[in-house]
Amino acid sequence: MSLLDVENLWVKFPTRQGVFDAVRGVSFSLDRERLGIVGESGSGKSMTGRAILRLIRKPGIVEADHITLEGQNLLALSEPQMREVRGQRISMVMQDPKFSLNPVMTVGDQIMEAYLLHNNTSKAQARAKSISMLEAVSIRDPERVMRAYPHEVSGGMGQRIMIAMMLIPDPQILIADEPTSALDVSVQRQVLDIMDGLVKERGMGLIFISHDLNLISEFCDRVLIMYAGRIVEVCDADKLHEAQHPYTRGLLNSLPRLDQPRKHLEVLKRDATWSDAQSVRGGK
Amino acid sequence: MTALSIENLNVWFGADHDRVDAVKSARFDVAIGESFGLVGESGSGKSTILRAITGLAPTWSGEITVEGKTLLGAKRDRAFYKTVQMVFQDPYASLHPRHTVDQVLSETLQLHGMQDIDRRVEKLLEDVGLGKRFRFRYPHQLSGGQRQRVAIARALAGEPDILLLDEPTSALDVSVQAEILNLLTDLRDEHKLTYLMVSHDLPVIGHMCDRLAVMKDGEIVEIMMSDDLRNSTAKHAYSQSLLAASAAI
Repeated sequence: MSLLDVENLWVKFPTRQGVFDAVRGVSFSLDRERLGIVGESGSGKSMTGRAILRLIRKPGIVEADHITLEGQNLLALSEPQMREVRGQRISMVMQDPKFSLNPVMTVGDQIMEAYLLHNNTSKAQARAKSISMLEAVSIRDPERVMRAYPHEVSGGMGQRIMIAMMLIPDPQILIADEPTSALDVSVQRQVLDIMDGLVKERGMGLIFISHDLNLISEFCDRVLIMYAGRIVEVCDADKLHEAQHPYTRGLLNSLPRLDQPRKHLEVLKRDATWSDAQSVRGGK
Repeated sequence: MTALSIENLNVWFGADHDRVDAVKSARFDVAIGESFGLVGESGSGKSTILRAITGLAPTWSGEITVEGKTLLGAKRDRAFYKTVQMVFQDPYASLHPRHTVDQVLSETLQLHGMQDIDRRVEKLLEDVGLGKRFRFRYPHQLSGGQRQRVAIARALAGEPDILLLDEPTSALDVSVQAEILNLLTDLRDEHKLTYLMVSHDLPVIGHMCDRLAVMKDGEIVEIMMSDDLRNSTAKHAYSQSLLAASAAI
């Protein structure tokens, strides 16, 4: 049995112009692996991640045949039961640390709060644990960072703090929504290495959402390529550069490359039939 | 004469023990019509150099020369803004949410003392590939790429010679990034512009620029040709590691 199984997921938003389908009948499963989801903004990749945690706010509607976590259907859970799942069993790292950390609390207080909420221990112990977590995400001077406010740390550090926070409860699945797109290439590497180590050591499942094709092909095991709310192609990450779908090819070709200088970059030409085609199953 | 010349530039923030030296003795020249890149990690001071040039970072020392004229302090005169314009990173933040495209552009044209504003707004929209139908839209009615086009149109309104580009595509999808980079390439040819472009994305800099400076902790560690970047013949250890990191991903 796979860790997570999503069947026929729809995310809908009623608007004045009718119902807008952000995600349209997506099915996939996740094992203890690194699953990448790529696509442009608006392709529904973030919505898919949020829908799994039932984080879509009203009036948004989430419909699916099932979203099962180790045999348990998440859609059937009550809101208090769902709160037990969030953080404890499935954690999420959001894109921008600036918006996901509390600006008026020190970093230390926030991490300790997360730890104290999940564990019945003393403050001193929570503090020690928080410092060791910050060290685990390679922050050099954790003592200073503990006292700092979010605006006093850099973006890369903020993102590592978020990851440290998410990992305290030791979740089974980590959903990372563009965790490194605000970061420099060198820091990106570090953050990815940290996540990679965690997936391997703890046997976590990772859903890695990104618009960066190179990053995904380098870092993940399998990739789902999304377009207009559907999966247009599924492939092994290391074979992403041999992808067949014209959309995937278009995205790959629009990247500037150091080894192939040219005056103009190729521009993606969209085809209406891409969004009409049936969603591809992302199972194994 | 160079388009832009930076000599021994220091920029700092705060005072005494809180003082942060964001840029330390930076030095480079950008020739007229050249496209020059600044790369480095966040916090390396690359954007700060742009901000010092435009007067947005008031505490600096050294010498900044724009087309032969030496700049002083943080005050810039009108002639400066007709020569140098900047395009910012985030098109979602750099446009006024309650001004239409028309308001944004005609106000800018007015400030530059232009005549014949109505025709010029249309011409600007045409130049950046938007067309007339976008003229009376608000920013929220535009996609990220369209917003960045408006921001570029605004920068072009005063018919500048030099554009300072601060990560102009890092907030955009790769497909849209390709369109904006192509637009910038075309505009540079048409208007004979000089670019000073900041990015953390080495392939983007390699694509857009003739030469580039690699920055680390406020210092320029190396200035090289884009071909050196392509052939991976960087000399400084830090540039090599930056290249390796971007090649690995």
